[in-house]
Amino acid sequence: MATAPLSLKEISKKEVLFAPGHRMCAGCGAPIVVKMVLLATDYNIIATNSTGCLEVSSCISEYTSWKIPWIHVAFENSAAVASGVETMYRSLKKKGKIDKEIKVIAFGGDGGTYDIGFQSLSGAMERGHDMLYICYDNGAYMNTGIQRSSATPLGADTTTCPVGDVIPGKLQQRKDLTKIMAAHGIPYVAQASPGHWQDLVKKVRKALDIKGPKFMNILAPCNRGWRSQSNDAILLSRLAVETCYWPLFEIENGVTRVTVKPKEKKPLVDFLKPQGRFKHLFAPQNEALLKSAQEQVDVYWERLLKEEACFGDAEASE
Amino acid sequence: MGKVIAATGNEAVAEALRQINPDVCAAYPITPQTDMMQRFSFFTNNGMVKTEMILVESEHSAMSACVGASAAGGRVVTATSSQGLLLMLEIVFIASGFRLPIVMPVVNRAVSAPINIHGDHSDAMAARDAGWIQLWSENAQEAYDNTIQAFRIAEHLDIRLPAMVCLDGFIISHSIERIEYLDDKVVSDFVGEFQAINPLLDIEHPKSYGPLILTDYYMEYRRAHNDVMSRVSKVVLDVAKDFEKISGRKYDLFETYRLEDADIALVVLNSAAGTSKDVIDSFRNKGIKAGLIKPRLMRPFPYAEVAEALKHLKAICVLDRADAFGASLGPLCTDIMASLYQYQQKPVIINKIYGLGGRDYLPSQAEYSLNELVEILNTGKVKTLKEYIGVRE
Ligand SMILES: Cc1ncc(C[n+]2csc(CCOP(=O)(O)OP(=O)(O)O)c2C)c(N)n1
Ligand code: SF4
Ligand SMILES: [Mg+2]
Repeated sequence: MATAPLSLKEISKKEVLFAPGHRMCAGCGAPIVVKMVLLATDYNIIATNSTGCLEVSSCISEYTSWKIPWIHVAFENSAAVASGVETMYRSLKKKGKIDKEIKVIAFGGDGGTYDIGFQSLSGAMERGHDMLYICYDNGAYMNTGIQRSSATPLGADTTTCPVGDVIPGKLQQRKDLTKIMAAHGIPYVAQASPGHWQDLVKKVRKALDIKGPKFMNILAPCNRGWRSQSNDAILLSRLAVETCYWPLFEIENGVTRVTVKPKEKKPLVDFLKPQGRFKHLFAPQNEALLKSAQEQVDVYWERLLKEEACFGDAEASE
Repeated sequence: MGKVIAATGNEAVAEALRQINPDVCAAYPITPQTDMMQRFSFFTNNGMVKTEMILVESEHSAMSACVGASAAGGRVVTATSSQGLLLMLEIVFIASGFRLPIVMPVVNRAVSAPINIHGDHSDAMAARDAGWIQLWSENAQEAYDNTIQAFRIAEHLDIRLPAMVCLDGFIISHSIERIEYLDDKVVSDFVGEFQAINPLLDIEHPKSYGPLILTDYYMEYRRAHNDVMSRVSKVVLDVAKDFEKISGRKYDLFETYRLEDADIALVVLNSAAGTSKDVIDSFRNKGIKAGLIKPRLMRPFPYAEVAEALKHLKAICVLDRADAFGASLGPLCTDIMASLYQYQQKPVIINKIYGLGGRDYLPSQAEYSLNELVEILNTGKVKTLKEYIGVRE
């Protein structure tokens, strides 16, 4: 299948393979991401899922939202489970016991991906399985009640790094997982955001057409953990891109491309302000923290543009 | 017919796996299992099997990949020891909860700390209540035979459960013995075609594996697991009968040795049974009615059958090659006691902990244990309920 772009009209005709009636919070970003991912492709998909909000709310007792084969095993092993599924597929295909073309997508939250499942992900990518790993990154362990993960942004208020008189929230910057995955030398790595759905759909389609291990990191706003409005998941996922907090880029065979460049780079506070988890950053005593959060975004963005200019193909970006 | 050769336990199990030719094998090195999977990798890389290997980055991922591969719908194997089994334990429970017929040879080894690579049963005992079938093997021949039977048992449509095949690290895994191998075709016919149930790869009939089940139904699922465990013994016996037809070798839920008319007996798992049987013979020569029972099906433990075999005895010594710290007795002894508890008239039971971390099990230890049973017969008194033997004071 070629990576032909998919229009909204075509997408609207497709069956939604992630059914409503699941128990994620109203306005949660994660099911939006899953729906977009599944709408993006025409391949037969088997999905694996790590323990977390998405898993725990989408398949309860006798009900499931998944209209495709789906398996949840544990918290830290979505990639390892996917590698098992993919290997069995390969084995049975070689023996002629299966003729269909099937692709495997592993879903994991940021906790299940950046932290506890990091080793399993790294191992599966190194082994070269034909699979797409998708991290839906909401920046904390949401399912267990908003604890900090290594994806939690600098300064954020969480239940394990609560804003106190001595410590003003998370003191460390986020782990740059997307680049770490690129360092595995796998053929395709990308960052996406549901606010830019065309970009997201295109990346998923491209990733699935490439043979081998692929990784996508997709922002998934969580109104409970971010303490934002339940109708602003898309607004925030756009602001994340427009402030360059969550740059949209891909690294294909080592070549970096920034796929969406904001016309005007908005100040980080535009993204932070609507979120209660950053409220304390606007207090005078936390001015320095807020400043360094902006600096980190600036440095990262500048470096990304340089990477694109040095090793990438800036012309091709749109 | 098959052939007789000299081989180690690991070699014999690897040979069984070559003959079974599973669809997927996940492997990660750990002494003393390592050389089994090395041998199997030789088979894959030389085209002697069609198995796809997953050379994972940890045992946790080994079992996770096995769960994924098995749920996808094919025959799956992995093997481990000691720390590897402990690391994957979380997923070991999930494999059985999903009722996936994964087979896993466990080359028994001590667990850390202190770190020790030699044989004892602490690893498999730590996993004994994980809802798997456990078949234990005295020697390389039994390990080979159990491996072949394990696939048939695990995949049996009446039960569909994962199975471990336990063999003693180094003592069996690395010692050369005389073994009879069956013909390749005899083994592959015996094991048969894999029958997938609800495979993920059946894309037309999507299934969800691993739902959240809370207070409403969780308990029913666990009871169903309990129920299915109760059907295992029959399957094990049926498969043993079929296996006897192709091999001439008889298997049961446990092996008894000179037990029928015995007054006293040793209960022992795996390789220590051989030495024990020799000592029993020497006691018989002295006119002492000693016998032995060696459980083969350790999980589910055949309580009723074991009790039936033991209830006529006057005194029993259970030898445990693992301890259950904080409990008063070793794990095997607890099961033996539990099986006999319901009888009014029951033997006196004592417990010896032996052979931890590969410490040699010597004939003198069997003699010591049997002599103590004789003393109990004479005096009616138990000195110590549980004692470490073969240990420095
Ligand atoms: C081994 C293990 N440790 C801890 C947990 C508890 N746990 C379940 S989900 C979860 C957080 C999931 O966080 P993330 O992956 O970010 O997904 P989210 O809930 O945010 O969508 C934790 C800590 C677990 N299930 N297993
Ligand atoms: S807590 Fe957050 S991530 Fe979890 S379901 Fe609610 S909005 Fe979604
Ligand atoms: Mg999260």
